[in-house]
Amino acid sequence: MAFEPIRALTSRTVVMQEENIDTDQIIPARFLTTTSRKGLGKSVFYDWRYDENGAPKNSSILNGVNLDTHKILVAGANFGCGSSREHAPWALFDFGFRAVISSDIADIFKSNALKNGLLPVEVDDKTHRELLGAPGATVIVDLESQTVRIGDDWQATFQIEPFARRCLLDGVDPLGHLIKQMDAIESFERTCT
Amino acid sequence: MNAKSLFDKLWERHVVVEETSDSPAVLFIDLHLVHEVTSPQAFAVLDERGLKVRRPDLTKATLDHSTPTLPADKNGELPYATPEAKAQVETLIANCARHDVELFGLGDPRRGIVHVIGPELGLTQPGKTVVCGDSHTSTHGAFGALAFGIGTTEVGHVLATQCVLQRKPKSMRVIFNGALPTGVTAKDMALAVIAEIGADGGQGFAVEFAGPAVEALSMEGRMTLCNMSIEAGARFGMVAPDDATFAWLEGRDRAPEGNDFVAALEAWRTLPTEEGAAFDKEVAIDTATLSPMITYGVSPDAAAPVDALAPSAATPAAQRAADYMQFAENHPFTDNKVNRVFIGSCTNSRLSDLRLAADILRGRKVKDGLIALIVPGSEAIRRAAEDEGLDKVFLDAGAEWREPGCSMCIAMNGDAGAPGDLVVSTSNRNFIGRQGKDVRTVLASPATAAASAIAGHIADPRPYLEANDGV
Ligand code: SF4
Repeated sequence: MAFEPIRALTSRTVVMQEENIDTDQIIPARFLTTTSRKGLGKSVFYDWRYDENGAPKNSSILNGVNLDTHKILVAGANFGCGSSREHAPWALFDFGFRAVISSDIADIFKSNALKNGLLPVEVDDKTHRELLGAPGATVIVDLESQTVRIGDDWQATFQIEPFARRCLLDGVDPLGHLIKQMDAIESFERTCT
Repeated sequence: MNAKSLFDKLWERHVVVEETSDSPAVLFIDLHLVHEVTSPQAFAVLDERGLKVRRPDLTKATLDHSTPTLPADKNGELPYATPEAKAQVETLIANCARHDVELFGLGDPRRGIVHVIGPELGLTQPGKTVVCGDSHTSTHGAFGALAFGIGTTEVGHVLATQCVLQRKPKSMRVIFNGALPTGVTAKDMALAVIAEIGADGGQGFAVEFAGPAVEALSMEGRMTLCNMSIEAGARFGMVAPDDATFAWLEGRDRAPEGNDFVAALEAWRTLPTEEGAAFDKEVAIDTATLSPMITYGVSPDAAAPVDALAPSAATPAAQRAADYMQFAENHPFTDNKVNRVFIGSCTNSRLSDLRLAADILRGRKVKDGLIALIVPGSEAIRRAAEDEGLDKVFLDAGAEWREPGCSMCIAMNGDAGAPGDLVVSTSNRNFIGRQGKDVRTVLASPATAAASAIAGHIADPRPYLEANDGV
């Protein structure tokens, strides 16, 4: 397990309104020629954060954000679509984010994020609009009760795949879980080959 | 007995441990394809934990994403984009050697884009489960396989256990009715269905493509269609195997031979969806009304007929896309000047794609100042194309003919557009910056791409094809 178990996270949000934020935006392909999973945070949203001379763009919300206090990214619908590159959640995690909230998060991204300590949280449209409209809001994401709380008066639930939830809460290691099934795997192999 | 779909059968034949509310199913993998970009960290986990590749015999590797498409220099040095790209290639070579994994590496006549060589070698077969750390793995579903992209952590799981943890997705069937008009290809069918259901319309679904127009497609066309499933959000795309599938496989290097082939055929024939099988969602498309399609935005679902007018943006997201693409609204798409054309990628780099492009480029010239890059999907395709003289057709027209690889589809090997360029591309993603920083990508079929290369602007391929036929 490369990360600490997560129970609840209280943090302020960074809001990116855009829909369909794809994995090429999160981490452009030219940064994929790495053989490590570390150090990708500096390239996250690179083309949104830097101009052609490599100077930080003032227009980018991610430049100057305090990651100690803002660990939750709120994004438009269909976040993380596109590639299966696990570099996308690695980069977001390495940058400092611990949760992504959207109304709908792409399947492979979601599965990859869950394996890397980045919580993908899909909320209903109303809650999503509320969050998109309140950049910097303090939000509590509680994995145990599967709720998102915004301030004192807004609460919503979210779904998360139960096994991934256990992995995150209890530090269950999915590879270890698979290795424990080795007897079943071996007998399956005997019947089909 | 409930009628079963192709997907149901593929799924249940590979379940090692059933899913419960607590845990996903353990699914056995028959073929694991590996490439240099999404595997180094997975091999590293094996090493950290002292594990071995459990089934090297079911694991095959190739080099495609970071490899140059220009030949080696006099000293045999390949022109890598960066030292990191070279290191990534060398890491896979070393990992394969250490773990006894067969690698179709540099200089190997079987090397090529991972989703091109699996079917080409006959490794991809009906009834198999196929995974790869790559979202376009759905391509292999064209053979009636259960094929899907996985992340690097899961690549590690498969290397170590030959299994993945996966919950059964919902099922969708997309039926294409009617015959395909001239100049309309599998790529146009794919773009039409993505436009219809949206970039997230297939999220959570395994999609079966069916109907007369799919049955009439060549295997290459079916691969193009399944390849694009993920652009509608669906990880799984598939077509039921039939005589065209079996004919493709017979005699291929890694396909069963002799009596084994006969036995395999019998098993493969049991796979297709049964009459009355239930799907969670069904979509029907009238193929006869389709035109050649292009994309005009920065998501593959922003697709429209090539001869239409650029729509006005209805949402802020569409407005941002329109600002990026700079197509004048309510003006024909064909007014837009093209700087580059890319014909290649696991979507459209097979022999039939190259033949189609050659039909249009033969005896014509690429517009002055326009760069046209033609990149075959594999070494085998390159040889076959050269045997037919297609390379000469391309070179005579003023296009470039390159070594196989992913090239400008992902633009991580140094092949990229220049900022501001409008690129007509046969690949699968028009995301901002996918083909180079500030490059504007228009997705299209090889026919539309070739026609645009000649015209110098986005162009309808039909007049060129009609002129060829003497119409
Ligand atoms: S050609 Fe493009 S989509 Fe296909 S495997 Fe290569 S990078 Fe991925």
